[in-house]
Amino acid sequence: MSAPVYNFAYLDEQTKRMIRRAILKAIAIPGYQVPFASREMPMPYGWGTGGVQVTASILGPEDVLKVIDQGSDDTTNAVSIRKFFTKTAGVRTTTSTLEATVIQTRHRIPETPLSETQVLVYQVPIPEPLRFLEPRETETRRMHALSEYGLMHVKLYEDIARHGHIATTYAYPVKVDERYVMDPSPIPKFDNPKLSDCPALQLFGAGREKRIYAIPPYTRVVSLDFEDHPFQPYRHDAQCELCGAADSYLDEVITDDRGSRMFVCSDTDYCETRRAMGYAAPARNSDAEPARD
Amino acid sequence: MTALNPDPAFASQAAFRALMEAFARPGEMRTLRGVTAPAPLAPATAALVQSLADYETPVWLDRSLAGAPAVAEWIRFHSNAPLVTDPGDAAFALVADPHTMPDFARFAPGSEEYPDRSTTVVIQVERFCGRSFSIEGPGNKTARSLAAEPLPDDFVERLHANRELFPRGIDLVLIAGERVTALPRSIRVVMET
Repeated sequence: MSAPVYNFAYLDEQTKRMIRRAILKAIAIPGYQVPFASREMPMPYGWGTGGVQVTASILGPEDVLKVIDQGSDDTTNAVSIRKFFTKTAGVRTTTSTLEATVIQTRHRIPETPLSETQVLVYQVPIPEPLRFLEPRETETRRMHALSEYGLMHVKLYEDIARHGHIATTYAYPVKVDERYVMDPSPIPKFDNPKLSDCPALQLFGAGREKRIYAIPPYTRVVSLDFEDHPFQPYRHDAQCELCGAADSYLDEVITDDRGSRMFVCSDTDYCETRRAMGYAAPARNSDAEPARD
Repeated sequence: MTALNPDPAFASQAAFRALMEAFARPGEMRTLRGVTAPAPLAPATAALVQSLADYETPVWLDRSLAGAPAVAEWIRFHSNAPLVTDPGDAAFALVADPHTMPDFARFAPGSEEYPDRSTTVVIQVERFCGRSFSIEGPGNKTARSLAAEPLPDDFVERLHANRELFPRGIDLVLIAGERVTALPRSIRVVMET
């Protein structure tokens, strides 16, 4: 007999049912964190155990899976999770954003716009946006129940008082469908506008903290701000030095020990696709960097 | 005896994905492949039960389903879910006769702190046509029109009252044949003229 070593997609069926019920409630209450009985996974906390459990529960044999870590398909976390599902579910994997039906992500939203047939699964370290302001779960839960989000605005105001602008650059808090304040996971605030009115379903899984939450498609998601200090996405003022993109989120890469650096797209699939289409590095300004002394 | 599905993991995954898409895009029709079950439990409702219910989820049956002992037996055998008589205790409530369904207030709406601890009410309708109403809110880019019958005459008013409770409230699944759609509590209803 060729009995499978694992159940399809690793998790047992009872666990999947429990997670699936949590996902349905999460979709019905956009932005609300549904507690779930997170399982131990064969990887440490912080490596995407929440995202992996969500992916394992939604994945079917027809799905095509893409996994990114900080936008990249080829870093350790992304490669291991892809291998994990190749082994336990036998699903096809891809690095192409367009081809994928399920995309698990750590800390980025792909540059290529998502479609209605896709699901984006986020790995979340700390799902509670109020946690660093109020450590007690009983209190944060009450604050969400009462929509008592003044404290978050105080935090953003203190940013302005201290730095002159809102200095939060990632995990920037958002309000979902005018009700729940939500942590979008540590995506750069550059990605925040993509959360809103997205055609794809967005699911968030926090394994250590045992929470699942969701943003249904075409849901209004607003980054918190003030009238006189409106939300502003941040991007390095540069072009990608591989594909010349002037609209993508850039990583700064140190290239030697004398301070040389280059900016490249954080989304590797976006960058590769552009280069395949013939886009190339912009013509370098004469001795642009380093030119300090 | 009903034959056991040779691929239960795939069947329940397919059923769940249909329901997930239905919840994510309220009012949109999805296909939920049914399984053999004793009447008046519809095959697609039975597939939902198999996919989502287990010993952790109390199930409530309306009078017409409770009147058929084979239904309760089937649910106990296939899902091991406890059957409850108070709809307020139910994680899933199954309604085969929409005309006599209890008021939404009798199901569990969850609490302000834990709005997820609420009943999902599955209503078996005959067809998706008749007097239509329009829904807006998360999941739909523009307003979407939906019609189903039979439903209680004050169904739209009940949906309104359910939305007023948000984030508390119940979530609805409508099933006719193998077609399924969902009305989660997040929707806003507008009557069509």
